[in-house]
Amino acid sequence: MLRFILKRLLETIPVLLVIVTATFFMLRLVPGGPFTAEKAVSKEIMQNLEAHYGLDKPLGHQYASYLWDLTPKRFAPWRLFADADGNGTVDFDLQAAFGINLGPSFKYPNRTVNEIIAGKLPASLELGLWALLVALALGITLGVVAAMRKNTGVDYAASTLAMVGICVPTFVMGPLLVLLFALHLRWFNASGWYFAADRVLPAATLGLVYAAYIARLTRGGMLDVLNQDYIRTARAKGASELRVVLRHALRGGLLPVVTFLGPAIAGIISGSFVIETIFQIPGLGREFVNSAFNRDYTLVSGTVLLYAGLIIGLNLVVDVIQVWLNPRLKFE
Amino acid sequence: MRTSFLAPLCALLLIGVSLLACGCTKATEPSASAPTPSPKILQFGNGSEPQDLDPHIVTGVTEHNIISALFEGLVTYDASSEGTAPGVAERWVVSPDKLTWTFHLRPDARWSNGDSLTARDFLRSYQRILTPSLGSEYAYKLHHVVGAEEFNQGKLTDFTQTGFCAPDDHTLVLRLKHPVPYLLEALKHYSWFPVHLPTIAKFGPIDRRGNRWTLPANFVGNGPFMLKTWLPNQVITVECSPTYRGAFHPLLDGIAFYAVDSNDAEERMFRGGQLHVTQSVPLGRIDSYRSQPASPLVIAPYYGTYFYRFNTTRPPLDDARVRRALALAIDRDTIVKNILRAGQEPALHFTPPYAGFTPGEVLHPDLAEARRLLAAAGYPEGRGLRRIEILYNTMESHKVIAEAIQQMWKTGLGVDVALRNEEWKVYLDSQHSLAFDVARAGWIGDYPDPHGFLDLWVSGGGNNDTGYTNPAYDRLLTSALDAPDEAARMSIYRELDSIITRDLPVIPIYFYKRVYLLSPKVRGWASNILDNRGWQYIDLAN
Amino acid sequence: MSTAPSAPPLVPPAPIAERAHSPGRDAWLRLRRNRLSVVSGLFLLALAFTCIVVPPLLGQGYADQNLALGASPPSAAHWFGTDELGRDQFARVLYGGRISLMVGFVASLVALSIGVTYGAVAGYVGGKLDALLMRVVDILYALPFTIFVILMMVFLKEPMNDLDAWLRRFDFLQNLQGIGKIVGLFAAIGAVEWLTMARIVRGQVLTVKKMEFIEAARTLGYSHTRIIFRHIIPNVLGPVIVFTTLTIPSVMMLESFLSFLGLGVDAPLSSWGTLIKDGADKMENFPWLLVFPGGLFATTLLALNLLGDGLRDALDVRAAKD
Repeated sequence: MLRFILKRLLETIPVLLVIVTATFFMLRLVPGGPFTAEKAVSKEIMQNLEAHYGLDKPLGHQYASYLWDLTPKRFAPWRLFADADGNGTVDFDLQAAFGINLGPSFKYPNRTVNEIIAGKLPASLELGLWALLVALALGITLGVVAAMRKNTGVDYAASTLAMVGICVPTFVMGPLLVLLFALHLRWFNASGWYFAADRVLPAATLGLVYAAYIARLTRGGMLDVLNQDYIRTARAKGASELRVVLRHALRGGLLPVVTFLGPAIAGIISGSFVIETIFQIPGLGREFVNSAFNRDYTLVSGTVLLYAGLIIGLNLVVDVIQVWLNPRLKFE
Repeated sequence: MRTSFLAPLCALLLIGVSLLACGCTKATEPSASAPTPSPKILQFGNGSEPQDLDPHIVTGVTEHNIISALFEGLVTYDASSEGTAPGVAERWVVSPDKLTWTFHLRPDARWSNGDSLTARDFLRSYQRILTPSLGSEYAYKLHHVVGAEEFNQGKLTDFTQTGFCAPDDHTLVLRLKHPVPYLLEALKHYSWFPVHLPTIAKFGPIDRRGNRWTLPANFVGNGPFMLKTWLPNQVITVECSPTYRGAFHPLLDGIAFYAVDSNDAEERMFRGGQLHVTQSVPLGRIDSYRSQPASPLVIAPYYGTYFYRFNTTRPPLDDARVRRALALAIDRDTIVKNILRAGQEPALHFTPPYAGFTPGEVLHPDLAEARRLLAAAGYPEGRGLRRIEILYNTMESHKVIAEAIQQMWKTGLGVDVALRNEEWKVYLDSQHSLAFDVARAGWIGDYPDPHGFLDLWVSGGGNNDTGYTNPAYDRLLTSALDAPDEAARMSIYRELDSIITRDLPVIPIYFYKRVYLLSPKVRGWASNILDNRGWQYIDLAN
Repeated sequence: MSTAPSAPPLVPPAPIAERAHSPGRDAWLRLRRNRLSVVSGLFLLALAFTCIVVPPLLGQGYADQNLALGASPPSAAHWFGTDELGRDQFARVLYGGRISLMVGFVASLVALSIGVTYGAVAGYVGGKLDALLMRVVDILYALPFTIFVILMMVFLKEPMNDLDAWLRRFDFLQNLQGIGKIVGLFAAIGAVEWLTMARIVRGQVLTVKKMEFIEAARTLGYSHTRIIFRHIIPNVLGPVIVFTTLTIPSVMMLESFLSFLGLGVDAPLSSWGTLIKDGADKMENFPWLLVFPGGLFATTLLALNLLGDGLRDALDVRAAKD
């Protein structure tokens, strides 16, 4: 298994290289640069700005030095979770842990891309995690209920409910939930990311989408399993239906859900920018979209790289879990 | 087999919980930004995330709002926000030739770390913003002073050669290249604010970007408030400064500047009681606020013009008759009444009628005349005229106005119009490089004086972006600052504005209004035409 | 929010190889028994027909304004009401439907052609090339799709604006105003949606490859291209059809998110995505601006999903055992 993980990690190097290269050159080919401003900036000032950030050098030179900055130079992953500045939060310091320097931000001169990402990652991860929990809890429940009462009104109701998440865009669902629960019922704040309660509406909005997929998969998986001989045996032995489902069927029925977790996590993490905008969450998604529009070259590349790294890592975890769950699969 | 199924799930859950734990540390602590009832904290919706809080680096309005709480210049706003009150300078004298300004500083002026604030601080600040290697985009605002421009361009390296000097600790003298009637208003801009050089030097070279002195732990300012916390993309909080003007205490205990970059989210936060003031109101919500009794909706004058630029270098728009026909065919009343819906004023000339300015010639929209002009230019009923593209940047209100004007030109003149939507940076690039036919634009005055508006159309000017050149116009504009008195100066501006109405390198569409929401709890909220105010005059009822 | 988590994985059905049993007909009979799918299919046909045929008959274009009228609720004259420029919402929804359906179908077709070709080549050639190609797919799977689509849209926007301006020079292309942006959408979405398709097709091809008739074709000396396109691809169509049906709704959803970011089609053209985005901003004052495009969008997505499910059941040989 260790070999499998190592091999997978090695394979990510060319991927990340391709991503860096594509992003680097695509961004620089798009019209408008980081210092394009509404009010005219004199040529001298522009030259000084470009010199400060090294944008006056040939593109190849810029690319090479950026790649060198990105290259890990040490290995101290534990320092990712240290709190060097003592402000009570995890630093997530890529510089201290791996010597990766994502460069200065063009838009925010007093912060580095490392710092910006470290500051935004927790909110995005937290949102993603809550959303995943909502999706799993709701999706599995609906799926199991639908499967147990196959082709009845209950099944149709559960399946339809699940479909809502697939058919209604989050930028409609989000404001609707805010209007109802925040402005009408006054249970939550309309936007923000300050209190524990602020997590509820965003997580629900994002989770609903994936609950829908998970419910469909669970229902399908459960139906397959419920027809298997060992379930019939269990039933014949007089086990209660609930017991049959929970003790025997659920394990096999959830396999397709686990397979789906990889893409789901990728989608939840990289797709949260709409939610982050609606609920004004200080997460990476919003930062990415803004930085793309601001032409904050280093911040865009940094965010994309981090997303890729994160998704690759989480997929690896899911794959490992999958093999664990289903011994018939083997580590390639 | 059962354990092999449960173990990984537990593992997953464990990873989740641990991730959550590290993500949550910030969240569960009682955050400084949390709206607490007892101290009087103004919850201010401040638009997008500020770039920085260094007055010499930033360029935006959101930064201005925060910086004017954290710093104070030589002069500041009065309680009505219309007049000028003494700031760090308690009084000032102008020489008879209007070229030398002497400011006498308060002897008790202090930085928030207790250091005394002297004329030398101002000198060193001006030197810093003008230093070429800092690349300050707003350094040009100081170019009125003798030698400032040359120093900024690196042609002059000895700062003592410039017109800035400090005869003693509490006197600052500015020698100008030419009279600047609006200098006091200009001094309220943050590019003229002092910064604490020793603090900046502590965190890096003073003349380089990327200095961390503006982080809350490092920050030193001289305004009524000082920086308390900064949660990026969330909120910046400021609290009263104990060193500001001795015993003076602002009415508020603090201000929370929320970075809210979606006006829909902002409006919902206001309704949910999370904000006292917003930046804007979504177009679709204006009507319902207008119809409310005791509405929180504020519609205030704003010193700006919304207009369309012509690319006068591209046929057929190089023909003034075509431009005039297009300008006359726009029904501004309908745009204002049916689309903007907040009582904006239709603009029939370019410079907003304010600060002593009254227009000379104005446009008289007239479809028949427009058709006649178009025919005279050789395009009867729009026949033979190539398709014209309207460029606008991605935003709902720009889109709707462009759609309306497209239709007006199409049905009124038979002109075939296409829309081109570009995101902000590309749109700016297209404008600066004249890669457009007609482009939506807006201009907000930097100081309440018509000069800044008419200065735009100087031949080859950095913000001209129309290809318009008119030597007579340039000469007249230069003569304005040397005019013997205000009346003469204003009549020159009237003539300049009339030239624009005649030549039409741009079509004025409407004069801006600031439209936002203000909680009835906020007291002492004054607003000037630039939407600026002194934070020290504002209070909050319980 | 989803950039469609690339649809739930399919259980690969057995290939439709032996024509004697006419499995196509069996599948059709099974599909017809699934009433929800049939209704969905009919709804989609009716919708596509309406969106294509009706708009020119309305007498009102999507851009015709009545500024004096402004936003008005549904009435006899304007079934779906009007927007703040006084434009007939019914016309706009139908024209928008054209765009959204077109983006959905064409982008899916783009994804389909890339995916099928890639998967077929990998599966047919096999060996080291297969291993390499599939590793590439696995690796691309790990990319942040949404992020890439956004980057591509930002990147493609200017070239597409220029393409648009160029196309408009030709009078006969008048009706294609705004097509440039749509082409950009096809390219950006299609470029990221083909991965799952490639996996499915490869799996199918591996099975089909071992069948006798392929051996026969080989011994007859047919070229590889001919074998792939004439013999193999037609035999893996079942799962491809099912998956395409399920890709369309996710593509449409992705388009609506790009609209949310201002990266969708340009005014005065509108897609359901842009209509819903505008409507969502105004839902409290002018609910009809959200309800009609939103309702049709949701119904269409629902129908596509139900049809996809139905097709899957119908073409899935394993499920047919039940």
